[in-house]
Amino acid sequence: MRIILNGHPTETGARDLAALLEERGDESDCVATALNGEFVPRAARAGTPLTPGDRVEVLRPMQGG
Amino acid sequence: MFYGVALQSRLMLGTAQYPSPAVLRAAIAASGTQVITVSLRREGPEGARFREIVAGSGCRILPNTAGCHSAREAVTTARMARELFGTNWIKLEVIGHADTLQPDPFALVEAARILCAEGFEVFPYTTEDLVLGERLVEAGCRVLMPWGAPIGSGQGLRNVEGLRAMRAHFPDVPLVIDAGIGTPSDAARAMEMGFDAVLLNTAVARAGNPVAMARAFARAVEAGRLGFEAGLMPRRDMARPSTPVFGMAELG
Repeated sequence: MRIILNGHPTETGARDLAALLEERGDESDCVATALNGEFVPRAARAGTPLTPGDRVEVLRPMQGG
Repeated sequence: MFYGVALQSRLMLGTAQYPSPAVLRAAIAASGTQVITVSLRREGPEGARFREIVAGSGCRILPNTAGCHSAREAVTTARMARELFGTNWIKLEVIGHADTLQPDPFALVEAARILCAEGFEVFPYTTEDLVLGERLVEAGCRVLMPWGAPIGSGQGLRNVEGLRAMRAHFPDVPLVIDAGIGTPSDAARAMEMGFDAVLLNTAVARAGNPVAMARAFARAVEAGRLGFEAGLMPRRDMARPSTPVFGMAELG
């Protein structure tokens, strides 16, 4: 299915958020996730199914003021 | 005390815009800061190196919601930050204008209320407006962070009298001057006025020599605080001789 991952249209075979991170090779503890503008806690990722067109954000610590 | 945490250093430092990760690391060390601000972003250049520096700094992390323009975005960002950094501290920024980067006071209070109810310890980036400050305190904020001047402008304390009034109005709320500080003397002045700390980034990161400037700010903040604690002399309109007139010779 096609989702919007960090602003980019992306094809994925993952059915849920946890599987998406695994597919991308993201270390689960090093990122924070949101689906369609709502925070998805780490423990809820596996129980959060993806549907086509979903907007997913996978964020990391970065420089900030 | 900032949410029960006592800090030896009253300088809080941002981590963006440094010429290199090595300079960032050295600037953090030279500043003596115990609190650094960070953001949450999509993976960018030098991400892994940055995370190493943050972890190795020994500083307390103050994540921000920089760039958020609505309460909803800021609340989601704060929740993500709490999980990722393992802290209830959040520097709450809800921006009203893309050009002035002035806080949106209405969305700020709305987001602060939601986050405080969820157990966050909110450091709101606000203006010197007293009513807004009161609303933030009512929402549960136990620290306020009034701007000195627009973010990144380096204009210093643009409304000194307004900030003085704010200090007097909130004697028991820790107040941090956040944003707009350009020079060490700006920081010293804020501290002399009795503010509890200053938070700055660009003034160090964009200095000719960021590490030396970090050291300069550390000393300015310390000097300003010592001056405040020592009690400043009252200002006078007229001169008054400091050398005694009594006992002066008649030589004319």
